[in-house]
Amino acid sequence: MSASKYDFGKAAAKALGDRESRAVLAKAIGHIRVLRRRSVDAMPDFAERRTRAVAVREATLARLPDLLETLEASVTAAGGMVHFAEDAPSAARCITRLLTDRDVKLVVKGKSMVSEEIGLNEALERAGIEAVETDLGEYIIQLAGEKPSHILAPALHVSKEQVSELFDRKLGRKSTDIPEMTRIARDSLRRKFLAADAGVTGCNIAVAATGTVIVLENEGNIRLSASCPPIHIALMSLEKVVGTLADAAAVLDILPPSATGQTLPVHLSLFTGARREGERDGPREMHLVILDNGRSKILADPLLRSILKCIRCGACLNVCPVYQSVGGHAYGSVYPGPMGSVLSPLLTDAAGDARQPFACTHCAACAAACPAGIDHPALLQEMRRRLSAEGTDAATRAFAALARSPWMFAGAAAVARSADPGLTRVAGMAPDSPVGRFLRGRVFPGLSRPFSRRFKALARRLSRHGGRS
Amino acid sequence: MEAFLFIPCLVEHVLPQVGEATAVVLSKVGVSPVLPKGQTCCGQFAYKRGRPDLVRPLARKFIALFEDARAIVCPSGSCTAMVRRYPGLFAEDDPWRARAEAVAARTFELGQYLVDELALTDVGARLPLRAVLHASCQTTRVLGAGEQTERLLAHVAGLTLVPLARPERCCGFGGAFSVDYPEISQAILEEKVDDVIQSGADAVITAEPSCLLNIGSALAKREVSVRPLHLAEVLAGGAI
Repeated sequence: MSASKYDFGKAAAKALGDRESRAVLAKAIGHIRVLRRRSVDAMPDFAERRTRAVAVREATLARLPDLLETLEASVTAAGGMVHFAEDAPSAARCITRLLTDRDVKLVVKGKSMVSEEIGLNEALERAGIEAVETDLGEYIIQLAGEKPSHILAPALHVSKEQVSELFDRKLGRKSTDIPEMTRIARDSLRRKFLAADAGVTGCNIAVAATGTVIVLENEGNIRLSASCPPIHIALMSLEKVVGTLADAAAVLDILPPSATGQTLPVHLSLFTGARREGERDGPREMHLVILDNGRSKILADPLLRSILKCIRCGACLNVCPVYQSVGGHAYGSVYPGPMGSVLSPLLTDAAGDARQPFACTHCAACAAACPAGIDHPALLQEMRRRLSAEGTDAATRAFAALARSPWMFAGAAAVARSADPGLTRVAGMAPDSPVGRFLRGRVFPGLSRPFSRRFKALARRLSRHGGRS
Repeated sequence: MEAFLFIPCLVEHVLPQVGEATAVVLSKVGVSPVLPKGQTCCGQFAYKRGRPDLVRPLARKFIALFEDARAIVCPSGSCTAMVRRYPGLFAEDDPWRARAEAVAARTFELGQYLVDELALTDVGARLPLRAVLHASCQTTRVLGAGEQTERLLAHVAGLTLVPLARPERCCGFGGAFSVDYPEISQAILEEKVDDVIQSGADAVITAEPSCLLNIGSALAKREVSVRPLHLAEVLAGGAI
């Protein structure tokens, strides 16, 4: 956790100035939250599902290295190939080399946050390979030349009107009707699926015992990306592994309800290895790239490892007041919101603001919503401790020193009380000072005659009137 | 019966009326409030800043001051939650750990104390008012005392609780967060105040002094005549 140049506060302040985007974001998140609540509330056994899934995730982390070895053996036995990548650049290099070695020119991609994490699209572009995002949201983002703003719904921040304008500009097709716009995207994408030399997808769950890659989606584009082209490359971060298909089922019990409010997604695909002899379809080659990028270090850190239980449902983002206000882009990293505030600074060559753990009100809505049993505020608190241990925080130390002595504490309050009316004036003169910025939407509350000095008279009154003052 | 008053520094210096109301409510239910001399701050601010090392001396001070109390009552969910974290500041074999555990186990947020310890939900309060409840994050999710607040308010004569959109949503304060990230803090606060105004209530009630102050300061800035009231003030029923 070294000092970073990225300033979340500044980026957030800028994002907050964009009223239109804030309205789009608020509407979209409100919609997802209603869907999730309806679904979770309609499941009388959600608490039990959660308990089971948490147990599976914890047991998985406890024997992660073994499971990864088993996964490698199973994938290999099923005719696939496993590649371990220590960091983002080596993962991007590994995939780029696999593709250039096979003379691939066009790649279709299913939505994958790990692909964003390793900067795959940029690497492929540099290698002269055309990579087309086929998830509708990702497709929109790619056309617009932007980055996803939500781990689940990458184009959450884009309005219907903006998509319409984008399609008109980039594809030369005009429409404001959602089914028609979907058709426009589909027309353009179908041709890519059929022409692609390779497909790159993410992986929601990898099953060690069988070597199966499980992906969840609602559009069918991942299934096409994995099965149409002759080569399928699946990309996962190492914590996505579970032991058995039964373990995977336990995770599936909580993932779609928490993510999109569905019992199951429209498409649930289980890919095991490459096309076998006698089979008529499926990719001829299957590769599984497993990314570490700092996760082994997190795993070895008992106070922070529980962030690896995350199943990327996005529930914590959708309830976080900070995320809801500023949106995903302000974080300057692939993973925003509560899970991202923990994970992003811990990854190798971390993007974003190293002080991200401080940008939290400690409201604990994330921990309450997390189906994987992650206590984000506790993890952020531990990260704050580590960040603070390195630096000096004069104001906190001064306040703590005062609080050690009752008379100094009272004296300081008395000084503040006498200076009190001046503070608002100072803020008025220096609107960009911390006090000025704090008071933009607030009236300074003012200090009063302390309670302890009022108590004696009150206590006398109370004892005289038997509880009635 | 006696209870020691644990008065948060914010209440001591900025919201003394909340301390007074707490004393009044306790007296009303037959508990004599005792104010031990020399309280300062529980250390929550330093804890949230990632400096448990700075909290430790304050925790020892608090423990020494409150050790003799049979019950410690605080009109703040977040400060109560801080004291309940004290044991974790000391190593297993540190004698302060056991002392911290003993004090933490006897420290209650006002609503918790009335409902869980005294088995009271009706304190005989009367306050004719249309109000919304802001379910403070620290009192509800962190301390787990949201239900106690609701049960007490349900028995206040004359009080009509009207629904607040997203009652569980944070008001944006977050201690130092409000100074470190003033724009985000105020954006969240603005939405909370919008929800309060839209509810049509005459007052907004919460069990957390920092939320009260935060929401109250924004209501004042927008010159809205919605009264910010602490749970204790409501239970005192306008007695102060």
